[in-house]
Parts: sequence; structure tokens; C-alpha cells
Amino acid sequence: MVVFKKPDSLTNAELSFCPGCTHGIITRLVAEAIDELGIQGTTIGVAPVGCSVMAYNFFDVDMAQAAHGRAPAVATGIKRSDPNNIVFTYQGDGDLAAIGTAETVHAAARGENITVIFVNNAIYGMTGGQMAPTSLPGMVTQTSPYGRDTEKVGLPVKVCELLSNVDGATYLERVAVNSVPNINKAKKAIYKAFKNQVEGKGFSLVEVLSTCPTNWGLPPAKALEWLGENMIPYYPLGVYKDKYAGEEAAK
Amino acid sequence: MSEKVLMKGNEAIAEAAIMAGCRHYFGYPITPQTEIAAYMAKRMPKIDGVFLQAESEIAAINMVIGVAATGKRVMTSSSSPGISLKSEGLSYLAGCDLPALVVNVQRGGPGLGGIQPSQSDYWQATKASGHGDFRRIVLAPASVQEMVSLTFKGFDLADKYRMTSMLLADGTIGQMMEPVSLDMGEVTQYDKSWALTGTGRQRKPNIVNSLFLKPEELEQTNFERYDRYAQIEKNEVMYEEYMMDDAEYCVVAFGIASRVSKNVINEARKKGIKVGLIRPITLWPFPKDALLKAADKCKAFVSVELSMGQMIDDIELSIRCKKPVLLCNRVGGMIPTPQDVMNAVEEAVKIGG
Repeated sequence: MVVFKKPDSLTNAELSFCPGCTHGIITRLVAEAIDELGIQGTTIGVAPVGCSVMAYNFFDVDMAQAAHGRAPAVATGIKRSDPNNIVFTYQGDGDLAAIGTAETVHAAARGENITVIFVNNAIYGMTGGQMAPTSLPGMVTQTSPYGRDTEKVGLPVKVCELLSNVDGATYLERVAVNSVPNINKAKKAIYKAFKNQVEGKGFSLVEVLSTCPTNWGLPPAKALEWLGENMIPYYPLGVYKDKYAGEEAAK
Repeated sequence: MSEKVLMKGNEAIAEAAIMAGCRHYFGYPITPQTEIAAYMAKRMPKIDGVFLQAESEIAAINMVIGVAATGKRVMTSSSSPGISLKSEGLSYLAGCDLPALVVNVQRGGPGLGGIQPSQSDYWQATKASGHGDFRRIVLAPASVQEMVSLTFKGFDLADKYRMTSMLLADGTIGQMMEPVSLDMGEVTQYDKSWALTGTGRQRKPNIVNSLFLKPEELEQTNFERYDRYAQIEKNEVMYEEYMMDDAEYCVVAFGIASRVSKNVINEARKKGIKVGLIRPITLWPFPKDALLKAADKCKAFVSVELSMGQMIDDIELSIRCKKPVLLCNRVGGMIPTPQDVMNAVEEAVKIGG
């Protein structure tokens, strides 16, 4: 009996992520959610620019590759073309919270019935470790070599908190993938974000705190610890908005 | 002949797009083309279509990319500064080999410029919007009727060659009212098995992508695209010749400038000047051969433009600088007067001898 297998919604392509990076876990969680909802045949994904730029090779569904930051707009077009399809974006912090802030906020404001998976590892990974909109105060990166100086470059953008003030958003949750219990919670959140779309409930975004051992300069296990000790206190986990929470509780 | 209706240029574009099967429009307000969006906002909900006012020109063109990726006919429209913002998306449309129609009702520039008619986006449209090696079909209407026929044609060519068509109009034709026939015939259907429609778990995933990290692969995609472009240059050139049979002087003009020029040619003929007009209808592919042929018998050329002289480069290249080319131009929203054009023609006669 098979007790553990590769999700159908993943291809056999080798993941291009660095060893120890938690992108692989998140990619798998997305595929599991697609499998469990039985929506592989109707799902269309949008890959961003960044470490997951080649997501179109990993998911066994129709995929589009978008320009940097534009995934929510491309997803809007795909969804509006055929609302029966399930459309998701998979975006990093530079993509979603810097160059694509407008597209993110307005897709949420429209209540666009799409699912956004937002991977926050507080750094630009693909380009070699530059300061991200979500880099922590004092964090050393290639473009903040003396640590993020909040006097000069300001404070990190907290996406879930920001979007929780956008009336159009349906569901916002921040999770992390630094431990098994947290991965299980992340799985539930991602599943819910897709299920919401299937049920026509509107814009769902799951922010996943993730590691970047390569650019953080830490061994993978230490990176997981660093995430728990530094990122979670700054970016508290939990549900930031759930428009239908009361309704579901009543059932 | 079908019945004619009186329509404004911009609205004619919108109705022609609907007739061509376009059911998705994304845009952002900008003068002088907002009538297109307003028309779509009224019409689309009534025909089960989608009108969406995007948060920016950038978002609008990316929404266009999304619909185009699903294989459906889609368009956006804007005016000069807005097209600059769309340039990123225009490059991605090319890199992803996606069909779409983009309308530019030009206004004066650079920068915020003005809101009066212009043709100063000729370079941008034909050569320079977006990074990378790519071409775009550029159609230049000179009447409200051509707003209709070239919109229809633009969608067809976009599907046929899997690329972007641009309708390069100007504020004058956009705002003008003329009687038009909307009878454009049948819409040709093209194979779109590449489209993102969901695999239904029945086929391998389709991928719409412009990223090729292996240089050999990226080079190959460029080569294949340029093979298609060569076919377009061979088969899709459109232009109008007016009184060119015995012409000794040739005016070259498109859009509103061609209408002023035609009137001047009629007047010049009365004065005994044998002058004709070549009006490019496709700005890319440019009617190079027709111009080169004209260079054999014409003594001089006059390029009439609402720019500081952009198309004149292509005229000189096409005729390989065999004959002098004069520029007759106004900019900033000004239009060359018949007297301006007549003076230029008379100057050409002096120079050409």
C-alpha cells in the first residue's frame, strides 16, 4: 500500500531550488491541495519572477509565466476569461510586495476570485540576496551590507496586515514552514485558499514564511531556527481576515 | 453595399472589435481615447463580455496577456503616455507569442505632452516599445471606415501570426464622425491548441512563457519568430497609391496627414505638378518595395508627418537615399495645413528639377 507519494499535480521535473530551501515544501503543499480538491484538470497557475520563476516546470497543470510583479493581473485575465478555471499565483516577497504592490492590492480590492501563495523569505533569492521589502530591521543583505537601516530605507511591509484593511479581500492567513506543526497549519491554509476559490468566495492569500539558507548564509537547520526566532516575532502567524469565518463556524 | 451608420472613430474601433469576436477589454482612462473604454463599459455586459478598468496601464496589458494566454480575442486601448507604460507587457506578449490588439490613439509628447493629435509615436510603434528583438504589426487608419476594417484585420493578423497588432490612430480620426459600413464578413478561426484552458487531465500542460535560460533555445525562439516576420513582410504589406501612375513627385503620409496631402495633390495637379501619394496602411511591414519602385521615376519625396520626422527614416531607407526626401511637419498637436504641404511640394519641384 502506498502511504506517501508524489502529488499528481507535480511533474517529475527536478526542483531548481537550493538545498535546504523551504520553497520545495510549499510547492508540494500547493500540489497536494490541488490534488485533494480534484481540480488538477481545471487549474491554471501563474509563475512569477524570482526563485519560483520556473514553477511552470514543477506543476502538472497549465501555466503562464508573468513579468515581475504582474502575476495577479495576468491571473485576473485568465480567471475572467473562464471563471470555471481555478487560477493561482505563486509569488515571492520582491515580486508581490515591492514591484507588484499595486497589482496585489487591486486584485484584492476587486475581490478577484483567485488564490495567491505569497512566499516571504525576507530577501531577493534569485538575484543573489538583496534587501527585500520584507527584510527585517538590521538584516544584512547584499544591498544593505551594514544592516537594514530603517532610518534611511524604512520598515518592512507587512502584507497580511496591509491587506486586512482592503475590504475586497476574503481570506488572509500567515503561516510558516519551519516545523512539522507549522507545515501542517500551512497545508490547511493553502487548502482553504483554493477551496475558497472553488466556492467562489473571492480573493485568498496565504503568506508563507520561508527560509533562504543560501542568501541568509546559514545551514538549513539554522535557517529554520532563525525563521522561528526572528521572522515569526516580526510577522506574527495567524488568520488576518476570514470573511466567511462566522458562517463556517455556524455550520 | 451594406447600410452605413454615422460613428465616431473611437467608438467604431470598439464596435469593430466586438464584431471581430473580442469579448474582453481592459483599459485605463486617458484622453483622447476614453470613448473606447466608455463604449466597451456599456456594451460588454450586454453581450456576456468583460469590461474591466484596471488600476494601471501596466495591469491592463497584463490582464490582456492573461486572456490572450487562454486563446480568446482581447484588446486594450490607450494613448501615448499609456503605451509607454504598456511597453513591458508588449515585450512579454511578443516573447510569449500571444495574439492581442493594442490601440494607440496618439497625442503629442514627450512626457505628459498634450491631448491634441500627433503621430510622434511612429518610432515607438514600429521599432521601440519594449526590450528585445521583436516586431509588431502596425496598422494606420486614415478614416473612420478604416478604424473598423483595420481593427477587424488587426485581430485576424494577430491570431494568424500569434503576435500583437497595434492600431496606430491619432486624436483626429479618433474624434471624427463619418458614415461607416460595419459589414466585415466572417471571422476566421485559427488553431489555438497552445492555449491555457486547463488540461482536463487529458493532455500535457500548456505553458505560456518567455523565459529560456539556455542561449541556444532562446536564439531558436528568436529565429522562429523572425521566420514568421519574414512571411508577414512578404504577404501582409498594405498601402494606397493615389495618382502615382505618372507621378514625378511623391508625397508619403499616413493617417490624418494623408487626408490633408490628398487635397493638396488635387490642387497641385491643377497647377500642373505631377504629384502622387503613397499612403502606408501597414507601418510595419512598411511598403518598402512600392517606395523603391517610386524612386525610379520620382524626382523627390515629401514626408508629411505630425512628428519631428520619424517615418522619413524609413522612406530614406526604403529608397536607399536615391532621391531627396523633404519633411513637412507640425508637432505638439498641430496639423500641417494644406498650404504647408503645398509649399513642401513646390520646394520638392525646385530641388528635384
